[in-house]
Amino acid sequence: MREIHISQITAAVRDLCIKSNTHLGEDVLQAFAQAIDQEVSPTGKDILEKLVENARIARVEGIPICQDTGFAVVFVEVGQEVRLIGGDLKEAINQGVRQGYEEGYLRKSVCHPFTRKNTGDNTPTVIHLDIVPGDRVQLIVAPKGGGSENMSRVTMLTPAVGIQGVKDFVVQRVKESGANPCPPTIVGVGIGGTFETTALLAKKALLRPLGSENPDPELAALEQELYEEINTLGIGPQGLGGRITSLAVHVNMMESHIASLPVAVNIQCHAARHKEIVL
Amino acid sequence: MSDAIKLTPPLSDADVESLRIGDRVLITGAIYTGRDAAHKRLTDLIQAGKHLPFEIQGQIIYYVGPSPAKPGRAVGAAGPTTSYRMDAYAPELMRFGLKGMIGKGARNQDVKDAMATFKAVYFAAIGGAGALMAQTIKNAEIIAYEDLGPEAIRRLEVEEFPIIVVNDVRGNDLYEEGVKRYAL
Ligand code: SF4
Repeated sequence: MREIHISQITAAVRDLCIKSNTHLGEDVLQAFAQAIDQEVSPTGKDILEKLVENARIARVEGIPICQDTGFAVVFVEVGQEVRLIGGDLKEAINQGVRQGYEEGYLRKSVCHPFTRKNTGDNTPTVIHLDIVPGDRVQLIVAPKGGGSENMSRVTMLTPAVGIQGVKDFVVQRVKESGANPCPPTIVGVGIGGTFETTALLAKKALLRPLGSENPDPELAALEQELYEEINTLGIGPQGLGGRITSLAVHVNMMESHIASLPVAVNIQCHAARHKEIVL
Repeated sequence: MSDAIKLTPPLSDADVESLRIGDRVLITGAIYTGRDAAHKRLTDLIQAGKHLPFEIQGQIIYYVGPSPAKPGRAVGAAGPTTSYRMDAYAPELMRFGLKGMIGKGARNQDVKDAMATFKAVYFAAIGGAGALMAQTIKNAEIIAYEDLGPEAIRRLEVEEFPIIVVNDVRGNDLYEEGVKRYAL
């Protein structure tokens, strides 16, 4: 059985925390370039150009794209033919987050819900663990800022409202969010499953590269329809008016209970940060 | 786009009255940072009849919690945070002379009314452009509530810090106007 020492996990998580916060993905930069072409508002265009410049400065200077360097969300897939040695996996991940946030000059933004006392090291980490076939370990670090997370919602619709009910809920959510989640946004939608899985489906939809097509043609069509409708709202970059409110809509769906139609909308700001590694 | 208006705090009533929604403004001079926790402490001081840790007359508060500074830099990334969380405290500070607020996202009616009554404006900075905006921040000094970490009150020395007027003293709102203009 292949062995991986836990210290490798810590080192990888540390690096991914820093890299995800300072290096915006190529797919996002390409989506910005397209948005600049399509935006009709001069203020909107100017803002999009500044976002490109912002990403350049962050990369060159090694400083975060955004000061809200987020709650560290880590997706781990462990191959069932891997043996992890040398300690506790979850603790190893937390240790990587601690090191990354301290050594990368990232902001620690995790606190007690009521006293608001900061934990001081950006832990605990939100960890989503999955066991998969194979002998590899995949790690994805996706720091999530508060501004866009606060605009996200889960709801349990009545099945009778059908696909139209889902569309209305998604568009309404983007509309009500206005300028708060730093548009242009990426809209992650989860449909089906149970209360908690639909939220996770929405979050995972945000990890799909921008510009990629949904493999399910029905969902690809739904994404396109939602994208077009959202971009008639007029919210625009930073909510100051314009065509480009969202860069993309990504939908994940699974079966639901005969009595339920759960829907989740996870709003992702333009600081769409995630980096991965396979060990 | 028209040329940007250059301003240096403290701002007078006349400075504020001359601004209109959509105006691009470049601030040079000192501005103060503050988020929810600091706002709560400031309004608690006012209610207790005590002095504030800085002279607020004519000043601008920037809603930001910067990321830590790398050696040789004044701050890390320093873009705006969402403003509605400060809505409960902002009118009280305007009553005591605050002239400008910088953040992102819409304000509630109480805040807009207070802007008209006490003559103050609300500006938007580009949310998520923290690295870009940090380039215009030349110096940062904690002046109160160090225990709040990123939420401590800092005095920032800025040079041509870029913002846009979203709410003016006439009750106009660029978020509403902009959306109306571009909605299909
Ligand atoms: S919503 Fe995103 S881009 Fe905006 S401040 Fe928060 S983390 Fe940064």
